[in-house]
Amino acid sequence: MVEYSWLIPLFPLLSFVLIVFFLNRNNRVSSYFAIAMILTSMVLSFKILVEVLANPHPYEAFITWLSWTGFSLPMGIYIDPLAAVMLIVVTIVSSLVHIYSLGYMHGDPRFARFFAYLSLFSFSMLGLVIAGSYVLILVFWELVGLTSYFLIGFWFEKKIAADAGKKAFVTTKLADLGFLLGLVLMIFVIGTATLPELNKKIESLKITAGMVEENHSSKQLHNAEMTVHEGVSKHHKTHNRTGESHEVGTATHGKAISKEDAKRTLILIGIAGLLMFMGACGKSAQFPFHVWLPDAMEGPTPVSALIHAATMVAAGVYLTARLMGVILISPTMGLVVASIGTITAFMAATIGLVQNDIKRVLAYSTISQLGYMMMVLGLGGYTAGTFHLYTHAFFKALLFLAAGSVIHAVHTNDIQEMGGLHKKMKITSITFLIASLSISGIFPFSGFWSKDEIFAVAFEGGHYVILVIGILVAFMTAFYMFRLYFMTFTGKPRDQHAYDHAHESPYNMTVPLMIFALLSIFAGWWGIPWLHTNYASFVFFGHPHHVEPNMILMLISLVVALSGIGLAYLMYYKRAISPETMAQRFKPIYTLLFNKYYFDEIYMAIIINPTYRLMEILFKFDQIVIDGMVNGVGKLTLLWSWAKERFDTYVVDGAVNGVGHLSLATGRAIRKTQTGQLQTYALVIFLGAVVLIFMKFI
Amino acid sequence: MDFPILTFLTFFPLVGMIAVMLLKKENVGAIRWTSVFFTFVTLIGAIFLVANYDYSTSKMQFIERYTWFPEVGINYFMGADGISVPMLFLTALLSFLSIVGSFGIKERVKEYFAWFLLLEVGMMGVFCSLDFFLFYVFWEVMLVPMYFLIGVWGGPRREYAAIKFFLYTLFGSIFMLVGILALYFTTGTLNMMELIAQNNIYNHVFQLWVFAAFFIAFAIKVPIWPFHTWLPDAHVEAPTAVSVILAGILLKMGTYGFLRISFPMFPYAVKYYAVPLAILGLISIIYGALVSMAQKDLKKLVAYSSVSHMGYCMLGMAAITTVGISGCLFQMFSHGLITGALFLLVGVIYDRAHTREIAAFGGLGVKLPVYTGIFVLFCMASLGLPGMSGFVSEFMVFVGSFNSIYIHKWIVITAVLGVILTAAYFLRTIQSMFLGQFNTRWEGLTEINGREIFTVFPLAVFTLLIGIYPKTLNIFLKATVENLVRMLTG
Repeated sequence: MVEYSWLIPLFPLLSFVLIVFFLNRNNRVSSYFAIAMILTSMVLSFKILVEVLANPHPYEAFITWLSWTGFSLPMGIYIDPLAAVMLIVVTIVSSLVHIYSLGYMHGDPRFARFFAYLSLFSFSMLGLVIAGSYVLILVFWELVGLTSYFLIGFWFEKKIAADAGKKAFVTTKLADLGFLLGLVLMIFVIGTATLPELNKKIESLKITAGMVEENHSSKQLHNAEMTVHEGVSKHHKTHNRTGESHEVGTATHGKAISKEDAKRTLILIGIAGLLMFMGACGKSAQFPFHVWLPDAMEGPTPVSALIHAATMVAAGVYLTARLMGVILISPTMGLVVASIGTITAFMAATIGLVQNDIKRVLAYSTISQLGYMMMVLGLGGYTAGTFHLYTHAFFKALLFLAAGSVIHAVHTNDIQEMGGLHKKMKITSITFLIASLSISGIFPFSGFWSKDEIFAVAFEGGHYVILVIGILVAFMTAFYMFRLYFMTFTGKPRDQHAYDHAHESPYNMTVPLMIFALLSIFAGWWGIPWLHTNYASFVFFGHPHHVEPNMILMLISLVVALSGIGLAYLMYYKRAISPETMAQRFKPIYTLLFNKYYFDEIYMAIIINPTYRLMEILFKFDQIVIDGMVNGVGKLTLLWSWAKERFDTYVVDGAVNGVGHLSLATGRAIRKTQTGQLQTYALVIFLGAVVLIFMKFI
Repeated sequence: MDFPILTFLTFFPLVGMIAVMLLKKENVGAIRWTSVFFTFVTLIGAIFLVANYDYSTSKMQFIERYTWFPEVGINYFMGADGISVPMLFLTALLSFLSIVGSFGIKERVKEYFAWFLLLEVGMMGVFCSLDFFLFYVFWEVMLVPMYFLIGVWGGPRREYAAIKFFLYTLFGSIFMLVGILALYFTTGTLNMMELIAQNNIYNHVFQLWVFAAFFIAFAIKVPIWPFHTWLPDAHVEAPTAVSVILAGILLKMGTYGFLRISFPMFPYAVKYYAVPLAILGLISIIYGALVSMAQKDLKKLVAYSSVSHMGYCMLGMAAITTVGISGCLFQMFSHGLITGALFLLVGVIYDRAHTREIAAFGGLGVKLPVYTGIFVLFCMASLGLPGMSGFVSEFMVFVGSFNSIYIHKWIVITAVLGVILTAAYFLRTIQSMFLGQFNTRWEGLTEINGREIFTVFPLAVFTLLIGIYPKTLNIFLKATVENLVRMLTG
């Protein structure tokens, strides 16, 4: 079955093509067809998961995409356990979002087009998951970016939505320059860009460089996740279907390389990895590229759930996990990834504390949770990072869809205008609560297990600063989530009119909520550390792998989360502590956070405005200096010919007058040929050619 | 292969021109369909050429050679290889589509189509010629119809633009003539293949000077910064179909000239000038993109974007690697498709709205969903979205130039910035034209019609085909490019 995995993305693609060209006039057929296709992909993904569970050896298949003598760029698919898990995540979330959209987008004038875009997105995202070469990852990477652009700006009549789409596209594209350069560098260094080849190359370079021992002695790699690397290198099939060599660069051109060369090459691979990580930062909205994600909330809420919470934004994390081999040989890269992740997790959580737009709070929460994943991946926590990615997809999608259900009912995003909605929409309220408990890391919800594993990795690696920040973030997460919950669903309605008109959403919206609620509780149980064959053993290609369950750490994280909830309870339910007084007391910090650390303003001042100014200056330069020179030369020529004619008339002619009429007539005749008329010149050229042709035949 | 396919491709449109001239000028329909017929048959001929091309060898194929003036060593010598075959196909394709796209021309229809067919003769001839005399004749022949097409059927400043185009190119041609004469008096032959075969006998100083002479001619044509200012003027004033040809084919003659003449004939000079060439390419990329961003006229924006995109060609070429030069050829082909389509689309909206001012539109996405979809597709192709040909060529240029031992890495690293600038100006354009509130001034606009869709459809198909499976184009280039690089790097 796994050899048919390339079909998975093609079902949604078929749906996209058919809707765009044939079905778009019929809303019902378009949407049902799209749903049928994504469900087919889901079934196939499950079959593949079952097969990979039984035999967790990566499957790879490549074809030659471009080739020259001595260098080729293969493209293909690579299905390892991580890809199999991601396929499940993407297809489940996508299917449920498709169904939910039936209700949410009901009556929209571009209903069919919405489903076409969803299909296109699903195609690109699934393609990204199964891609076996970094070039192909980049291809789908840009395509998901494109669909994200379309969907953020889906209601493009609103200027703010169109702006947000553009901002998302340009910001991520800016980060992708890093991806592109990293890819170019990687091809330069190791002559190829496929996943299996890269890991093989790293392995052989490590042996040549004699770094196997050295590297393992570094503290960072002594954590429990180290075995991933052996797993990657030992267990992938080494044959290569293209049968061609992938050498291109000057660095390793076929000849045996010395120890120093190998070390240098490893450093270059580290740089390439870092550059590619820059692209990941853009996609996963990591500091300093995070600014686009909150604005992306202008898109329809199902889109926010699917693309900007569960799947596309996780692509950066997925790519970073795909670069694990590089992280393990480059301590610098590990450090950078971990630091960026930690900074992002903290920064986004602090902003999330004070925002009032329900979707934006969730957006900052997404950024913060993605920061967690990056942080732990940087520490070498392959399972912890990807496991959190897996659990997060479900509870975050649920949070967004539930928020969408609320917005659908009250027609506002502002939590200050909500309140007391629990009475009106019980299913939405309860499912939102479940997701909040899960993201806060309350036992035994999904989020508890994955968050705990993150802390365990930080603790075992001895990264106490990161651990403390991580726990602090967990506290803030619990706090802002329950601030949202209490303000939305409990207390007195603050906008009576909206409240009176609120009602529970239709079944095609609430059923997906309930399914997600189950997943938010149980999906994480796969990672319970006491299980023998759990998630960790699976993604390690069957290697038994033990993170020692640390009861004290678990208890700490639980207590911290509960105190976050408790504080929110006191402030927003009991009103024992006035939020307004708090805001007043910490006014400078509050203002800073409320304005999101002024990132947008800073970028405006240091990047966007200077670019515009440069563009104006260059345009003026082009018109005045360069074109001015061209026109100047033209004018000078005219002036010169005028002067020359004068000279001819008065000086030369005056002198030659005495010579006689013959020379004068000749001079005139010659002057006539220089009429300055292009037609005449052209005619002469043409006649010349004709004469030459005739001369031949005479 | 006995059928003289290259002569056919070159002179069949000339037959068409004569046929058009014999028609009555009131008979507009007959004139149009005669032109369509002749360009279509030429296109069939080009497909025949592609189908019969043997891509396993780098040798010249379809050779036709007759002595013409043995006294001075002039031959009628034509041939095609991996560099010219894609260009010949592109020429035939774009000429045909441009003719179909010219049905909107209302005045002096007969002359228009006659000149257009002559233009195709010149272009085909340039890509087929392997004799310098022949090459030069076609190079100049092309200018004349171009001059009239801009000068008669152009916009308000058409005369200025036409004269500027003509004189500027003629100015460059003079240097080319000097170069040709220098080669002729050194070797006594005008046969390009012979000149290439004996490229080891030219001394270094000679190579540097003659390369420079050819450089001016080709740089103006490409156009490389700072020789580019004729381009926006010519484009803005030219009628739609002429802009398509101008951007799609004429600019490629510059890069083609480099690869057909300057590179193989002066291997020392190429390596000597690799860094300056790459830097000029880099400046064109960044500068062109930034100036493009400042444009308010849609057509001028696309024109400046051509400067930027042709910069990638120069960068890839200057790398002197297989991947880089292939990237250059990919970019030539891809830019022809994409920019050709963009100009056609600009024409579509201009015919209806009689303005090209970007800011005058707004929210057209509601009113013209199909047009918007197609326009956005080609904008995405132009900004290098994967899955379309622009991405493949840019990617190859970057990989190829990064692997070059002749140019510095920082040039490539800086050039990558062009990608983001391109994205920025195309997104700005899309936003102000198609998104936002619908500008009710355009209530009367009609959707793109079937004929117009027909003209861009083949371009979209090839853009996607090359983007998804670039091997289809690469098999044609491979042997020739590998041979060229082997020759240059020894």
